[in-house]
Amino acid sequence: MKLRVPSFSILNGKSWKFTHDTLFQIFLGVISIISVIVLAALLLRELIKGSWPALSTFGLEFLFSTAWNPVTGEFGALPFIYGTIVSSMLALLIGVPLSLGIAVYLTEIASSRVRAILSPVVELLAAIPSVIIGLWGIFVLAPFVREHLAPPLMNYLGFLPLFKGPAYGYSVLTAGLVLAIMIIPIISSVSREAILAVPSLQKEGALALGATRFETIISVVLPYAKGAIFGAVMLGLGRAIGETMAVTMVIGNNPQIFTSLLHPGYTMAAVIANEFTEATDDVYLAALIEIGLVLFAISMVVNIIARVITWKYLKLEEGLS
Amino acid sequence: MNMLSRKAMDRLFTFFCIASTALAIIPLGSMLYTIFVKGFSVISIDFLTKLPTPAREAGGGFGNAIQGSFIVVGIASIIGIPLGIGAGMYLAEFPNSRLSRIVSFTADVLTGVPSIITGIFAYLLIVLRFGGFSALAGGVALATMMIPFIVRTTEEAMKLVPAELREASLALGAPRWKTSLAVVLSTARFGIITGVLLTIARIAGETAPLLFTAFNNRFWFDGVMNPVATLPVMIYTYAISPFEDWHAQAWGSALVLVAMILVLNIGIKLAAGRRW
Repeated sequence: MKLRVPSFSILNGKSWKFTHDTLFQIFLGVISIISVIVLAALLLRELIKGSWPALSTFGLEFLFSTAWNPVTGEFGALPFIYGTIVSSMLALLIGVPLSLGIAVYLTEIASSRVRAILSPVVELLAAIPSVIIGLWGIFVLAPFVREHLAPPLMNYLGFLPLFKGPAYGYSVLTAGLVLAIMIIPIISSVSREAILAVPSLQKEGALALGATRFETIISVVLPYAKGAIFGAVMLGLGRAIGETMAVTMVIGNNPQIFTSLLHPGYTMAAVIANEFTEATDDVYLAALIEIGLVLFAISMVVNIIARVITWKYLKLEEGLS
Repeated sequence: MNMLSRKAMDRLFTFFCIASTALAIIPLGSMLYTIFVKGFSVISIDFLTKLPTPAREAGGGFGNAIQGSFIVVGIASIIGIPLGIGAGMYLAEFPNSRLSRIVSFTADVLTGVPSIITGIFAYLLIVLRFGGFSALAGGVALATMMIPFIVRTTEEAMKLVPAELREASLALGAPRWKTSLAVVLSTARFGIITGVLLTIARIAGETAPLLFTAFNNRFWFDGVMNPVATLPVMIYTYAISPFEDWHAQAWGSALVLVAMILVLNIGIKLAAGRRW
Protein backbone atom coordinates (compact mmCIF):
# COMPACT_ATOMS: atom_id res chain seq x y z
CA MET A 1 0.00 0.00 0.00
CA LYS A 2 1.30 3.40 -0.84
CA LEU A 3 0.53 6.41 1.26
CA ARG A 4 -0.25 9.64 -0.53
CA VAL A 5 2.17 12.21 0.68
CA PRO A 6 0.75 15.74 0.51
CA SER A 7 2.49 17.44 -2.36
CA PHE A 8 3.90 20.90 -2.13
CA SER A 9 5.42 20.70 -5.56
CA ILE A 10 5.56 24.05 -7.27
CA LEU A 11 5.31 22.31 -10.60
CA ASN A 12 1.93 20.69 -10.15
CA GLY A 13 0.48 22.40 -7.10
CA LYS A 14 -2.55 24.47 -8.07
CA SER A 15 -2.68 26.82 -5.13
CA TRP A 16 0.71 26.74 -3.58
CA LYS A 17 1.75 28.31 -0.36
CA PHE A 18 5.28 29.53 0.06
CA THR A 19 6.52 27.19 2.75
CA HIS A 20 9.89 25.91 3.85
CA ASP A 21 9.13 22.86 1.77
CA THR A 22 8.78 24.92 -1.37
CA LEU A 23 12.05 26.61 -0.55
CA PHE A 24 13.66 23.20 -0.01
CA GLN A 25 12.45 21.95 -3.37
CA ILE A 26 13.58 25.11 -5.15
CA PHE A 27 16.99 24.90 -3.48
CA LEU A 28 17.58 21.27 -4.50
CA GLY A 29 16.10 21.94 -7.92
CA VAL A 30 18.53 24.79 -8.53
CA ILE A 31 21.46 22.63 -7.41
CA SER A 32 20.44 19.84 -9.75
CA ILE A 33 20.01 22.27 -12.64
CA ILE A 34 23.48 23.72 -12.02
CA SER A 35 25.28 20.45 -11.44
CA VAL A 36 23.76 18.46 -14.26
CA ILE A 37 21.91 20.50 -16.86
CA VAL A 38 24.10 23.61 -16.87
CA LEU A 39 27.16 21.37 -16.84
CA ALA A 40 25.96 19.40 -19.87
CA ALA A 41 24.94 22.56 -21.74
CA LEU A 42 28.25 24.23 -20.95
CA LEU A 43 30.14 21.16 -22.10
CA LEU A 44 28.36 21.15 -25.45
CA ARG A 45 28.68 24.92 -25.87
CA GLU A 46 32.42 24.96 -25.15
CA LEU A 47 33.09 22.04 -27.49
CA ILE A 48 31.17 23.63 -30.36
CA LYS A 49 32.65 27.06 -29.73
CA GLY A 50 36.15 25.64 -29.42
CA SER A 51 35.94 23.65 -32.62
CA TRP A 52 34.24 26.43 -34.59
CA PRO A 53 37.38 27.63 -36.45
CA ALA A 54 37.87 24.09 -37.78
CA LEU A 55 34.17 23.45 -38.37
CA SER A 56 33.86 26.56 -40.49
CA THR A 57 37.14 26.03 -42.37
CA PHE A 58 36.87 22.35 -43.28
CA GLY A 59 33.16 21.63 -43.10
CA LEU A 60 32.05 18.04 -43.58
CA GLU A 61 35.17 17.18 -45.51
CA PHE A 62 36.96 17.03 -42.16
CA LEU A 63 35.31 13.71 -41.43
CA PHE A 64 36.33 12.09 -44.72
CA SER A 65 39.80 13.44 -45.31
CA THR A 66 42.81 11.30 -44.49
CA ALA A 67 45.31 14.14 -44.53
CA TRP A 68 46.74 15.02 -41.12
CA ASN A 69 49.56 17.44 -41.53
CA PRO A 70 49.72 20.18 -38.92
CA VAL A 71 52.70 21.79 -40.66
CA THR A 72 50.83 22.44 -43.92
CA GLY A 73 47.56 23.04 -42.10
CA GLU A 74 45.75 20.01 -43.53
CA PHE A 75 43.41 18.28 -41.12
CA GLY A 76 41.25 15.23 -41.69
CA ALA A 77 39.80 13.02 -39.02
CA LEU A 78 39.32 9.82 -41.00
CA PRO A 79 42.44 7.95 -39.80
CA PHE A 80 41.37 8.53 -36.20
CA ILE A 81 37.72 7.66 -36.73
CA TYR A 82 38.89 4.52 -38.55
CA GLY A 83 41.29 3.61 -35.74
CA THR A 84 38.65 4.13 -33.08
CA ILE A 85 36.13 1.99 -34.94
CA VAL A 86 38.57 -0.83 -35.76
CA SER A 87 40.10 -1.02 -32.28
CA SER A 88 36.67 -0.91 -30.60
CA MET A 89 35.27 -3.59 -32.91
CA LEU A 90 38.31 -5.75 -32.26
CA ALA A 91 37.75 -5.26 -28.54
CA LEU A 92 34.13 -6.38 -28.87
CA LEU A 93 35.13 -9.34 -31.02
CA ILE A 94 37.51 -10.55 -28.32
CA GLY A 95 35.74 -9.22 -25.26
CA VAL A 96 32.10 -10.17 -25.86
CA PRO A 97 32.50 -13.98 -26.13
CA LEU A 98 34.82 -13.97 -23.12
CA SER A 99 32.43 -11.79 -21.11
CA LEU A 100 29.52 -14.08 -21.93
CA GLY A 101 31.60 -17.09 -20.96
CA ILE A 102 32.42 -15.40 -17.66
CA ALA A 103 28.81 -14.42 -17.07
CA VAL A 104 27.57 -17.95 -17.72
CA TYR A 105 30.34 -19.46 -15.63
CA LEU A 106 29.67 -17.19 -12.66
CA THR A 107 25.88 -17.59 -12.76
CA GLU A 108 25.29 -21.14 -13.95
CA ILE A 109 28.41 -23.22 -13.44
CA ALA A 110 30.58 -22.03 -10.55
CA SER A 111 29.79 -23.09 -7.01
CA SER A 112 28.69 -20.28 -4.72
CA ARG A 113 32.07 -20.27 -2.99
CA VAL A 114 34.00 -19.93 -6.24
CA ARG A 115 31.56 -17.25 -7.34
CA ALA A 116 32.06 -15.28 -4.14
CA ILE A 117 35.81 -15.21 -4.77
CA LEU A 118 35.88 -14.72 -8.53
CA SER A 119 33.21 -12.09 -9.09
CA PRO A 120 34.99 -9.39 -7.06
CA VAL A 121 38.24 -10.36 -8.79
CA VAL A 122 36.77 -9.78 -12.25
CA GLU A 123 35.32 -6.50 -11.05
CA LEU A 124 38.68 -5.48 -9.61
CA LEU A 125 39.86 -5.21 -13.20
CA ALA A 126 37.51 -2.24 -13.59
CA ALA A 127 39.19 -0.44 -10.69
CA ILE A 128 42.68 -0.46 -12.24
CA PRO A 129 43.38 3.00 -13.69
CA SER A 130 43.73 3.17 -17.43
CA VAL A 131 47.27 4.60 -17.26
CA ILE A 132 48.38 1.54 -15.26
CA ILE A 133 46.89 -0.79 -17.84
CA GLY A 134 48.76 1.27 -20.44
CA LEU A 135 52.01 0.92 -18.49
CA TRP A 136 51.51 -2.84 -18.38
CA GLY A 137 50.60 -2.70 -22.07
CA ILE A 138 53.87 -1.01 -22.99
CA PHE A 139 56.18 -3.27 -21.03
CA VAL A 140 54.36 -6.61 -20.91
CA LEU A 141 51.61 -6.91 -23.52
CA ALA A 142 53.25 -5.14 -26.49
CA PRO A 143 56.44 -7.27 -26.31
CA PHE A 144 54.25 -10.37 -25.91
CA VAL A 145 52.25 -9.46 -29.01
CA ARG A 146 55.41 -8.75 -31.01
CA GLU A 147 57.19 -11.93 -30.06
CA HIS A 148 54.55 -14.53 -29.32
CA LEU A 149 51.20 -13.52 -30.77
CA ALA A 150 51.97 -11.79 -34.07
CA PRO A 151 54.41 -14.37 -35.53
CA PRO A 152 51.92 -17.27 -35.48
CA LEU A 153 49.16 -14.99 -36.78
CA MET A 154 51.43 -13.98 -39.66
CA ASN A 155 52.44 -17.58 -40.32
CA TYR A 156 48.99 -19.08 -40.42
CA LEU A 157 46.76 -16.16 -41.39
CA GLY A 158 49.30 -14.00 -43.19
CA PHE A 159 47.44 -14.50 -46.48
CA LEU A 160 44.74 -12.21 -45.07
CA PRO A 161 45.49 -8.51 -45.41
CA LEU A 162 44.51 -8.16 -41.74
CA PHE A 163 47.56 -10.07 -40.56
CA LYS A 164 50.22 -8.90 -42.95
CA GLY A 165 53.63 -8.28 -41.45
CA PRO A 166 55.91 -6.89 -40.38
CA ALA A 167 54.64 -7.06 -36.83
CA TYR A 168 54.98 -4.15 -34.46
CA GLY A 169 54.39 -4.42 -30.72
CA TYR A 170 52.56 -1.12 -30.73
CA SER A 171 49.65 -1.95 -32.98
CA VAL A 172 45.91 -1.86 -33.47
CA LEU A 173 45.86 -5.49 -32.33
CA THR A 174 47.53 -4.62 -29.02
CA ALA A 175 45.09 -1.74 -28.55
CA GLY A 176 42.18 -4.08 -29.26
CA LEU A 177 43.48 -6.53 -26.65
CA VAL A 178 43.90 -3.80 -24.04
CA LEU A 179 40.40 -2.52 -24.74
CA ALA A 180 38.99 -6.05 -24.54
CA ILE A 181 40.53 -6.40 -21.07
CA MET A 182 39.00 -3.07 -20.07
CA ILE A 183 35.45 -3.77 -21.27
CA ILE A 184 35.19 -7.31 -19.90
CA PRO A 185 34.19 -6.23 -16.35
CA ILE A 186 31.27 -4.06 -17.47
CA ILE A 187 29.94 -6.44 -20.13
CA SER A 188 30.25 -9.50 -17.93
CA SER A 189 28.64 -7.88 -14.89
CA VAL A 190 25.63 -6.52 -16.80
CA SER A 191 25.28 -9.84 -18.67
CA ARG A 192 25.28 -11.62 -15.32
CA GLU A 193 22.38 -9.46 -14.18
CA ALA A 194 20.64 -10.30 -17.45
CA ILE A 195 21.15 -14.03 -17.00
CA LEU A 196 20.05 -13.87 -13.37
CA ALA A 197 16.85 -12.18 -14.51
CA VAL A 198 15.85 -15.24 -16.56
CA PRO A 199 13.01 -16.96 -14.65
CA SER A 200 14.25 -20.26 -13.25
CA LEU A 201 11.02 -21.96 -14.38
CA GLN A 202 12.13 -21.46 -17.96
CA LYS A 203 15.48 -23.07 -17.29
CA GLU A 204 13.97 -25.90 -15.27
CA GLY A 205 11.52 -26.54 -18.07
CA ALA A 206 14.31 -27.01 -20.57
CA LEU A 207 16.33 -29.18 -18.19
CA ALA A 208 13.25 -31.29 -17.42
CA LEU A 209 12.80 -31.91 -21.14
CA GLY A 210 16.26 -33.47 -21.14
CA ALA A 211 18.30 -30.57 -22.47
CA THR A 212 21.93 -30.42 -21.39
CA ARG A 213 23.20 -27.31 -19.63
CA PHE A 214 24.69 -26.08 -22.89
CA GLU A 215 21.39 -26.56 -24.73
CA THR A 216 19.46 -24.85 -21.94
CA ILE A 217 21.74 -21.84 -22.06
CA ILE A 218 21.77 -21.59 -25.85
CA SER A 219 18.06 -22.21 -26.41
CA VAL A 220 16.46 -20.67 -23.29
CA VAL A 221 18.74 -18.44 -21.26
CA LEU A 222 20.55 -16.45 -23.96
CA PRO A 223 17.44 -15.81 -26.12
CA TYR A 224 15.61 -14.57 -23.03
CA ALA A 225 18.49 -12.34 -21.95
CA LYS A 226 19.63 -11.19 -25.39
CA GLY A 227 18.08 -7.71 -25.18
CA ALA A 228 19.86 -6.85 -21.96
CA ILE A 229 23.06 -8.48 -23.19
CA PHE A 230 22.93 -6.26 -26.26
CA GLY A 231 22.64 -3.30 -23.90
CA ALA A 232 25.69 -4.58 -22.02
CA VAL A 233 27.64 -4.82 -25.26
CA MET A 234 26.71 -1.24 -26.14
CA LEU A 235 27.90 -0.09 -22.70
CA GLY A 236 31.19 -1.84 -23.38
CA LEU A 237 31.40 -0.26 -26.83
CA GLY A 238 30.80 3.19 -25.37
CA ARG A 239 33.63 2.63 -22.98
CA ALA A 240 35.98 1.31 -25.67
CA ILE A 241 35.32 4.28 -27.95
CA GLY A 242 36.14 6.83 -25.28
CA GLU A 243 39.08 5.03 -23.69
CA THR A 244 42.15 7.21 -23.94
CA MET A 245 45.30 6.49 -21.97
CA ALA A 246 45.77 2.75 -22.33
CA VAL A 247 45.15 2.97 -26.07
CA THR A 248 47.40 5.99 -26.55
CA MET A 249 50.20 4.08 -24.88
CA VAL A 250 50.02 0.94 -27.04
CA ILE A 251 48.49 1.77 -30.43
CA GLY A 252 51.65 3.32 -31.89
CA ASN A 253 50.10 6.69 -32.77
CA ASN A 254 50.46 6.69 -36.54
CA PRO A 255 47.90 8.79 -38.43
CA GLN A 256 47.78 6.46 -41.44
CA ILE A 257 45.22 3.86 -42.37
CA PHE A 258 46.65 0.35 -42.61
CA THR A 259 44.56 -2.74 -43.25
CA SER A 260 46.89 -4.85 -41.16
CA LEU A 261 46.00 -5.08 -37.48
CA LEU A 262 49.67 -5.67 -36.76
CA HIS A 263 50.54 -2.13 -37.84
CA PRO A 264 50.34 0.96 -35.65
CA GLY A 265 47.24 3.12 -35.79
CA TYR A 266 45.68 6.07 -34.01
CA THR A 267 42.35 6.80 -32.34
CA MET A 268 40.35 9.99 -31.82
CA ALA A 269 40.96 10.00 -28.08
CA ALA A 270 44.67 9.21 -28.54
CA VAL A 271 45.35 12.05 -30.98
CA ILE A 272 43.75 14.53 -28.59
CA ALA A 273 45.77 13.21 -25.66
CA ASN A 274 49.00 13.29 -27.65
CA GLU A 275 48.85 16.48 -29.63
CA PHE A 276 46.69 18.85 -27.61
CA THR A 277 49.53 20.53 -25.77
CA GLU A 278 51.61 20.68 -28.96
CA ALA A 279 48.88 22.39 -30.97
CA THR A 280 50.45 25.79 -31.46
CA ASP A 281 48.13 27.49 -33.93
CA ASP A 282 44.42 28.02 -33.55
CA VAL A 283 43.24 25.88 -36.43
CA TYR A 284 45.29 22.91 -35.21
CA LEU A 285 43.78 23.23 -31.74
CA ALA A 286 40.29 23.68 -33.18
CA ALA A 287 40.77 20.58 -35.34
CA LEU A 288 41.64 18.56 -32.23
CA ILE A 289 38.63 19.96 -30.40
CA GLU A 290 36.45 19.07 -33.38
CA ILE A 291 37.74 15.50 -33.16
CA GLY A 292 36.68 15.71 -29.52
CA LEU A 293 33.24 16.88 -30.60
CA VAL A 294 32.90 13.95 -33.02
CA LEU A 295 34.08 11.54 -30.32
CA PHE A 296 31.61 13.09 -27.89
CA ALA A 297 28.75 12.75 -30.37
CA ILE A 298 29.54 9.11 -31.21
CA SER A 299 29.91 8.05 -27.60
CA MET A 300 26.75 9.89 -26.59
CA VAL A 301 24.73 8.04 -29.25
CA VAL A 302 26.18 4.68 -28.21
CA ASN A 303 25.65 5.40 -24.52
CA ILE A 304 22.09 6.61 -24.92
CA ILE A 305 21.22 3.45 -26.85
CA ALA A 306 22.92 1.38 -24.15
CA ARG A 307 21.08 3.17 -21.32
CA VAL A 308 17.69 2.92 -22.98
CA ILE A 309 18.15 -0.81 -23.63
CA THR A 310 19.52 -1.73 -20.21
CA TRP A 311 16.85 0.36 -18.52
CA LYS A 312 14.15 -1.31 -20.51
CA TYR A 313 15.32 -4.83 -19.75
CA LEU A 314 16.93 -4.57 -16.37
CA LYS A 315 15.70 -1.38 -14.75
CA LEU A 316 19.30 -0.78 -13.84
CA GLU A 317 19.83 2.63 -12.41
CA GLU A 318 23.17 2.38 -10.71
CA GLY A 319 26.13 4.15 -12.24
CA LEU A 320 27.43 1.37 -14.40
CA SER A 321 29.80 2.78 -16.93
CA MET B 1 22.54 -35.70 -32.40
CA ASN B 2 23.27 -38.64 -30.20
CA MET B 3 23.66 -38.41 -26.47
CA LEU B 4 27.45 -38.74 -26.55
CA SER B 5 28.10 -35.74 -28.74
CA ARG B 6 25.55 -33.69 -26.85
CA LYS B 7 27.41 -34.48 -23.67
CA ALA B 8 30.69 -33.62 -25.37
CA MET B 9 29.26 -30.31 -26.53
CA ASP B 10 28.19 -29.58 -22.99
CA ARG B 11 31.68 -30.35 -21.68
CA LEU B 12 33.26 -28.21 -24.35
CA PHE B 13 30.98 -25.32 -23.44
CA THR B 14 31.76 -25.64 -19.74
CA PHE B 15 35.44 -25.65 -20.63
CA PHE B 16 34.96 -22.50 -22.75
CA CYS B 17 33.28 -20.70 -19.84
CA ILE B 18 36.03 -21.65 -17.39
CA ALA B 19 38.71 -20.72 -19.91
CA SER B 20 37.12 -17.28 -20.48
CA THR B 21 37.14 -16.58 -16.80
CA ALA B 22 40.77 -17.65 -16.56
CA LEU B 23 41.67 -15.51 -19.58
CA ALA B 24 40.17 -12.44 -17.93
CA ILE B 25 41.98 -13.05 -14.67
CA ILE B 26 45.42 -13.71 -16.22
CA PRO B 27 45.97 -10.06 -17.33
CA LEU B 28 44.86 -8.82 -13.91
CA GLY B 29 47.26 -11.21 -12.20
CA SER B 30 50.05 -10.26 -14.58
CA MET B 31 49.44 -6.55 -13.95
CA LEU B 32 49.41 -6.83 -10.17
CA TYR B 33 52.43 -9.14 -10.20
CA THR B 34 54.51 -6.89 -12.48
CA ILE B 35 53.58 -3.76 -10.58
CA PHE B 36 54.53 -5.36 -7.30
CA VAL B 37 57.79 -6.91 -8.49
CA LYS B 38 59.01 -3.90 -10.46
CA GLY B 39 57.60 -1.28 -8.15
CA PHE B 40 58.52 -2.60 -4.76
CA SER B 41 62.29 -2.20 -5.14
CA VAL B 42 61.86 1.44 -6.15
CA ILE B 43 59.80 2.50 -3.17
CA SER B 44 61.59 4.16 -0.31
CA ILE B 45 61.03 7.04 2.06
CA ASP B 46 62.91 9.30 -0.36
CA PHE B 47 60.76 8.15 -3.24
CA LEU B 48 57.60 9.09 -1.38
CA THR B 49 58.82 12.44 -0.09
CA LYS B 50 61.39 13.95 -2.48
CA LEU B 51 61.13 15.92 -5.70
CA PRO B 52 61.89 14.17 -9.01
CA THR B 53 65.44 14.35 -10.38
CA PRO B 54 66.49 14.61 -14.04
CA ALA B 55 66.85 11.34 -15.94
CA ARG B 56 69.97 9.25 -15.17
CA GLU B 57 70.42 11.02 -11.88
CA ALA B 58 70.03 8.75 -8.90
CA GLY B 59 67.57 9.41 -6.10
CA GLY B 60 64.62 11.67 -6.27
CA GLY B 61 60.99 10.81 -5.86
CA PHE B 62 57.39 11.45 -6.54
CA GLY B 63 56.53 13.41 -3.41
CA ASN B 64 55.16 16.35 -5.35
CA ALA B 65 52.99 14.10 -7.53
CA ILE B 66 51.47 12.39 -4.49
CA GLN B 67 50.80 15.78 -2.92
CA GLY B 68 49.41 17.11 -6.22
CA SER B 69 47.06 14.16 -6.66
CA PHE B 70 45.58 14.79 -3.23
CA ILE B 71 45.14 18.49 -4.04
CA VAL B 72 43.51 18.00 -7.44
CA VAL B 73 41.20 15.26 -6.16
CA GLY B 74 40.46 17.52 -3.18
CA ILE B 75 39.46 20.42 -5.43
CA ALA B 76 37.28 18.08 -7.49
CA SER B 77 35.64 16.81 -4.31
CA ILE B 78 34.93 20.31 -3.00
CA ILE B 79 33.16 21.16 -6.26
CA GLY B 80 31.65 17.79 -7.09
CA ILE B 81 30.43 16.31 -3.81
CA PRO B 82 27.96 19.05 -2.70
CA LEU B 83 26.59 19.52 -6.22
CA GLY B 84 26.29 15.79 -6.82
CA ILE B 85 24.65 15.05 -3.48
CA GLY B 86 22.22 17.97 -3.91
CA ALA B 87 21.12 16.80 -7.34
CA GLY B 88 20.90 13.19 -6.13
CA MET B 89 18.68 14.29 -3.24
CA TYR B 90 16.44 16.14 -5.66
CA LEU B 91 16.06 13.02 -7.81
CA ALA B 92 15.27 10.87 -4.79
CA GLU B 93 12.89 13.34 -3.12
CA PHE B 94 10.99 14.65 -6.14
CA PRO B 95 11.15 11.75 -8.59
CA ASN B 96 7.99 12.59 -10.46
CA SER B 97 8.68 16.15 -11.50
CA ARG B 98 9.55 16.87 -15.10
CA LEU B 99 12.85 18.42 -14.02
CA SER B 100 13.72 15.17 -12.28
CA ARG B 101 13.31 13.15 -15.44
CA ILE B 102 15.45 15.58 -17.43
CA VAL B 103 18.16 15.70 -14.76
CA SER B 104 18.12 11.92 -14.42
CA PHE B 105 18.54 11.35 -18.14
CA THR B 106 21.22 14.03 -18.48
CA ALA B 107 23.17 12.61 -15.54
CA ASP B 108 23.10 9.20 -17.20
CA VAL B 109 24.31 10.66 -20.45
CA LEU B 110 27.10 12.49 -18.61
CA THR B 111 28.40 9.25 -17.07
CA GLY B 112 29.23 8.19 -20.62
CA VAL B 113 31.31 11.26 -21.52
CA PRO B 114 34.82 10.08 -22.43
CA SER B 115 37.35 11.25 -19.86
CA ILE B 116 39.46 13.08 -22.43
CA ILE B 117 36.43 15.24 -23.29
CA THR B 118 36.18 16.50 -19.72
CA GLY B 119 39.82 17.54 -20.12
CA ILE B 120 39.05 19.55 -23.27
CA PHE B 121 36.08 21.08 -21.46
CA ALA B 122 38.12 22.25 -18.47
CA TYR B 123 40.83 23.48 -20.84
CA LEU B 124 38.37 25.67 -22.73
CA LEU B 125 36.53 26.77 -19.62
CA ILE B 126 39.40 27.43 -17.21
CA VAL B 127 42.82 27.22 -18.86
CA LEU B 128 41.98 29.48 -21.82
CA ARG B 129 40.07 31.97 -19.68
CA PHE B 130 42.61 32.23 -16.86
CA GLY B 131 45.67 32.03 -19.02
CA GLY B 132 47.43 28.85 -18.03
CA PHE B 133 47.40 25.27 -16.85
CA SER B 134 46.28 25.05 -13.26
CA ALA B 135 45.38 22.73 -10.41
CA LEU B 136 41.94 24.36 -10.49
CA ALA B 137 41.39 23.33 -14.13
CA GLY B 138 42.38 19.76 -13.23
CA GLY B 139 39.93 19.82 -10.34
CA VAL B 140 37.14 21.09 -12.59
CA ALA B 141 37.84 18.34 -15.15
CA LEU B 142 37.70 15.65 -12.46
CA ALA B 143 34.61 17.21 -10.86
CA THR B 144 32.86 16.97 -14.25
CA MET B 145 33.50 13.24 -14.21
CA MET B 146 32.58 12.92 -10.58
CA ILE B 147 29.19 14.67 -10.45
CA PRO B 148 27.06 12.22 -12.47
CA PHE B 149 28.34 9.26 -10.44
CA ILE B 150 27.64 10.96 -7.12
CA VAL B 151 24.18 11.99 -8.33
CA ARG B 152 23.39 8.35 -9.13
CA THR B 153 24.78 6.80 -5.96
CA THR B 154 23.12 9.42 -3.73
CA GLU B 155 19.78 8.86 -5.42
CA GLU B 156 20.12 5.09 -5.09
CA ALA B 157 21.16 5.26 -1.44
CA MET B 158 18.24 7.53 -0.55
CA LYS B 159 15.75 5.39 -2.44
CA LEU B 160 16.85 2.40 -0.38
CA VAL B 161 15.50 4.06 2.77
CA PRO B 162 12.20 2.31 3.63
CA ALA B 163 9.13 4.40 2.84
CA GLU B 164 7.77 3.62 6.32
CA LEU B 165 10.49 5.71 7.93
CA ARG B 166 9.58 8.70 5.79
CA GLU B 167 5.87 8.17 6.37
CA ALA B 168 6.36 7.84 10.12
CA SER B 169 8.20 11.14 10.18
CA LEU B 170 5.55 12.89 8.09
CA ALA B 171 2.81 11.37 10.25
CA LEU B 172 4.47 12.86 13.29
CA GLY B 173 3.98 16.22 11.68
CA ALA B 174 7.53 16.87 10.55
CA PRO B 175 7.67 18.99 7.41
CA ARG B 176 9.00 17.44 4.28
CA TRP B 177 12.35 19.22 4.27
CA LYS B 178 13.01 18.12 7.82
CA THR B 179 12.01 14.56 6.96
CA SER B 180 14.36 14.61 3.98
CA LEU B 181 17.32 15.88 5.94
CA ALA B 182 16.89 14.37 9.38
CA VAL B 183 15.36 11.02 8.45
CA VAL B 184 16.05 10.06 4.84
CA LEU B 185 19.45 11.67 4.34
CA SER B 186 20.76 10.58 7.70
CA THR B 187 19.56 7.00 7.22
CA ALA B 188 21.18 6.93 3.79
CA ARG B 189 24.43 8.55 4.86
CA PHE B 190 26.42 5.33 4.92
CA GLY B 191 25.41 4.50 1.37
CA ILE B 192 26.15 8.04 0.23
CA ILE B 193 29.60 8.05 1.83
CA THR B 194 30.32 4.68 0.22
CA GLY B 195 29.32 6.06 -3.17
CA VAL B 196 31.42 9.18 -2.72
CA LEU B 197 34.51 7.22 -1.69
CA LEU B 198 34.15 4.80 -4.60
CA THR B 199 33.83 7.74 -6.95
CA ILE B 200 36.99 9.27 -5.49
CA ALA B 201 38.78 5.94 -5.97
CA ARG B 202 37.62 5.96 -9.56
CA ILE B 203 38.74 9.49 -10.46
CA ALA B 204 42.00 9.41 -8.51
CA GLY B 205 43.53 7.29 -11.26
CA GLU B 206 42.24 9.38 -14.16
CA THR B 207 44.96 10.71 -16.42
CA ALA B 208 43.31 11.97 -19.59
CA PRO B 209 41.39 14.84 -17.95
CA LEU B 210 44.60 16.14 -16.35
CA LEU B 211 46.98 16.08 -19.33
CA PHE B 212 46.21 19.60 -20.46
CA THR B 213 44.50 21.01 -17.39
CA ALA B 214 46.64 20.35 -14.30
CA PHE B 215 49.50 19.58 -16.72
CA ASN B 216 52.69 18.72 -14.84
CA ASN B 217 55.26 20.33 -12.61
CA ARG B 218 58.62 19.18 -11.37
CA PHE B 219 58.30 21.15 -8.14
CA TRP B 220 56.01 21.26 -5.15
CA PHE B 221 52.46 22.58 -5.32
CA ASP B 222 52.49 26.33 -5.79
CA GLY B 223 48.92 27.63 -5.62
CA VAL B 224 45.73 26.51 -7.33
CA MET B 225 46.29 28.72 -10.37
CA ASN B 226 49.59 27.02 -11.25
CA PRO B 227 50.25 23.69 -12.93
CA VAL B 228 50.68 20.78 -10.56
CA ALA B 229 52.13 17.28 -10.82
CA THR B 230 49.82 14.31 -10.25
CA LEU B 231 50.59 10.62 -9.93
CA PRO B 232 48.73 9.44 -13.07
CA VAL B 233 50.23 12.11 -15.35
CA MET B 234 53.68 11.46 -13.88
CA ILE B 235 53.31 7.72 -14.53
CA TYR B 236 52.30 8.44 -18.12
CA THR B 237 55.17 10.87 -18.74
CA TYR B 238 57.72 8.50 -17.25
CA ALA B 239 56.30 5.40 -18.97
CA ILE B 240 56.59 6.88 -22.49
CA SER B 241 60.01 8.42 -21.83
CA PRO B 242 63.10 6.74 -23.31
CA PHE B 243 64.92 6.45 -19.96
CA GLU B 244 65.32 3.15 -18.11
CA ASP B 245 65.43 4.73 -14.65
CA TRP B 246 62.27 6.70 -15.38
CA HIS B 247 60.55 3.46 -16.35
CA ALA B 248 61.53 2.00 -13.00
CA GLN B 249 60.13 5.05 -11.22
CA ALA B 250 56.92 4.77 -13.25
CA TRP B 251 56.47 1.26 -11.85
CA GLY B 252 57.18 2.52 -8.35
CA SER B 253 54.52 5.20 -8.57
CA ALA B 254 52.14 2.75 -10.25
CA LEU B 255 52.48 0.60 -7.14
CA VAL B 256 51.69 3.62 -4.93
CA LEU B 257 48.64 4.58 -7.01
CA VAL B 258 47.26 1.05 -7.35
CA ALA B 259 47.79 0.36 -3.66
CA MET B 260 45.89 3.51 -2.69
CA ILE B 261 43.03 2.81 -5.09
CA LEU B 262 42.71 -0.88 -4.25
CA VAL B 263 42.87 -0.28 -0.51
CA LEU B 264 40.14 2.34 -0.84
CA ASN B 265 38.07 0.10 -3.11
CA ILE B 266 38.36 -3.16 -1.23
CA GLY B 267 38.11 -1.40 2.14
CA ILE B 268 34.85 0.29 1.20
CA LYS B 269 33.39 -2.88 -0.23
CA LEU B 270 34.29 -4.87 2.86
CA ALA B 271 32.92 -2.14 5.12
CA ALA B 272 29.72 -1.89 3.13
CA GLY B 273 29.42 -5.67 3.23
CA ARG B 274 27.92 -5.74 -0.21
CA ARG B 275 28.74 -5.08 -3.80
CA TRP B 276 28.08 -1.59 -5.04
